[in-house]
Amino acid sequence: MTVEMVRADNVHKSFGSLEVLKGVDLVVNAGEVCCVLGPSGSGKSTFLRCVNHLEKINAGKIFVDGDLVGYHERGGKLHEMKGKDVARQRRSIGMVFQRFNLFPHMTSLQNVMEAPCRVKKESKAEVRERAASLLERVGLGSKIDAYPGMLSGGQQQRVAIARALAMRPKLMLFDEPTSALDPELVGEVLDVMKDLARDGMTMVVVTHEIGFAREVGDQVVFMDGGVVVEKGSPAEILANPKHERTQAFLSKVL
Amino acid sequence: MSDQTQTDRARPEPIKAVPVRHPGRWLAIAVLAVLTAMFLHLILTNDQFRWSFIFNSYEPGKRGVMFTEPVLEGLRGTLLLTVTSMAIGVVFGVVIAIMRLSDNWILRGVAFVYTWFFRAVPRLVLAVLFGNLNILWDRIGFGLPFDQQIGKLFGIDDLNAQFYSVKASDLLAGFVAGMLALGLSEAAYMAEIVRAGIQSIDPGQAEAATALGLSRSQVLRRVVLPQAMRVIVPPTGNEVIAMVKDTSLVAFVPVTFELFFQLNAIKARTFVVLPVLVAAVIWYLIICTVLMVAQYFVERHFGRGYGTAGQARQRLRNIQAEQGSSSTAGGVT
Ligand SMILES: Nc1ncnc2c1ncn2[C@@H]1O[C@H](COP(=O)(O)OP(=O)(O)OP(=O)(O)O)[C@@H](O)[C@H]1O
Ligand SMILES: [Mg+2]
Repeated sequence: MTVEMVRADNVHKSFGSLEVLKGVDLVVNAGEVCCVLGPSGSGKSTFLRCVNHLEKINAGKIFVDGDLVGYHERGGKLHEMKGKDVARQRRSIGMVFQRFNLFPHMTSLQNVMEAPCRVKKESKAEVRERAASLLERVGLGSKIDAYPGMLSGGQQQRVAIARALAMRPKLMLFDEPTSALDPELVGEVLDVMKDLARDGMTMVVVTHEIGFAREVGDQVVFMDGGVVVEKGSPAEILANPKHERTQAFLSKVL
Repeated sequence: MSDQTQTDRARPEPIKAVPVRHPGRWLAIAVLAVLTAMFLHLILTNDQFRWSFIFNSYEPGKRGVMFTEPVLEGLRGTLLLTVTSMAIGVVFGVVIAIMRLSDNWILRGVAFVYTWFFRAVPRLVLAVLFGNLNILWDRIGFGLPFDQQIGKLFGIDDLNAQFYSVKASDLLAGFVAGMLALGLSEAAYMAEIVRAGIQSIDPGQAEAATALGLSRSQVLRRVVLPQAMRVIVPPTGNEVIAMVKDTSLVAFVPVTFELFFQLNAIKARTFVVLPVLVAAVIWYLIICTVLMVAQYFVERHFGRGYGTAGQARQRLRNIQAEQGSSSTAGGVT
């Protein structure tokens, strides 16, 4: 039986009078890699941020692993979650940002250890071991004591991935993880992500890397103007897009 | 290709050029030298300074005015007042800065009004005001607020629900009044400094920490404030030094337990004016020199450093950062 890891039902989101998401529907099954494509300003980042409640949605519902994000439903009424409960939901959702956002005052190891130690209050020695092996896994075993300022962009992004993995998430969100990298550094980050996908991690990846989507994606979603225009397997969407907006976008990117 | 051509060619002679002359510079130095000589001549030969009055003995059987017991007592008072009012200023300042950045408009408004009031009123006026505030109350206590009014509502005359109270004129006078006047005023300035520090941090930092599941207070304490310290520390050093000097304002509260008040008392008693003022200048110079040295080290720590890291690793990073790009390490502070 397949488990729905992410389910978005008719999600709307506005900033003031600007409606950015106009009814997004999406289902991502556990173990699936979902790649989100779309032109700039189509609301891809906003949607991703709604999934872990960094943004409050105005209408619709988002479920992660069956739990409603950001609200309790009691007697048919929605109650806003307390900060503590939202934080608990976020623990099981890892997020990786375009600009890495590593903590510059902490070493790689400290960056990775911070959340498990502070949020989950796990034992320091155990976390240290796990953090070191995670950094090893992303190919940075020799950089555990380096500060982010001493690392290349690709290395920083790999630390950021390790940092998110340290919380043992069941879902990983990637927002254009390679867009801020020099071309020769893109590959090393994508390799780590492919490795994760092979291990069965559920991933939602906003990306412009069509090659990655084709190779790793189980589902490709094309967004434009705040809605999902088209979705399907990579072969369907990338090879024969049905919608003309998808065709126009792909002809520019490919 | 290019390597070869370089090794083939002989290295040219090092340049030996006549440097540009700077006659204006030399003139300025000469003028300054003469002025310095005049100044030294003045303080060494003019007996109006009465150096032995300052350093050795100001009255028969007493030490010099700088080191006499009441002045040292006043010095301790000045230092204590600086430390306590800065402590109040920093703690309240952080709280007010956080209120200022809150989502709730009431908290924001209160913080704004606080900053507005305490920045607008001169410290001298505040000092005198706080020295006289005690006429507003008989006793100051801790307990149920509005207890008398609530008592009347229920038909009890003179309900006293204060579990601890003191006479207002005992509590809110002298040292405490001066400390509050300076500390609360300082909080308004510190709030602005802390706010600027917090706002200088990329919002992506707080976002990443939030996404990891850190609570709001953890985001602030673990991620935002440690980075904001680099921006907060230098102006805070300025504030400490300004506070040392502003403590002399509490003489108007009045507080007698203060350096300048004590020196003034001796001036009034002995009718010796200039040497007493010089003694005051020397003490303030000494205190501020010590503080500036301390500030230098604290700034260096936060400017390069990254609070929670081990010292050795920090030093390694500093060295590597300096070698990598010489602008980052020094340029920040
Ligand atoms: N915090 C915000 N306040 C106001 N408007 C916002 C905010 N965040 C995003 N927007 C607007 O929402 C729209 C969608 O932004 P979003 O970042 O989701 O686009 P995107 O698809 O990720 O684009 P890109 O590929 O450039 O990253 C844009 O028009 C943007 O200006
Ligand atoms: Mg985006």
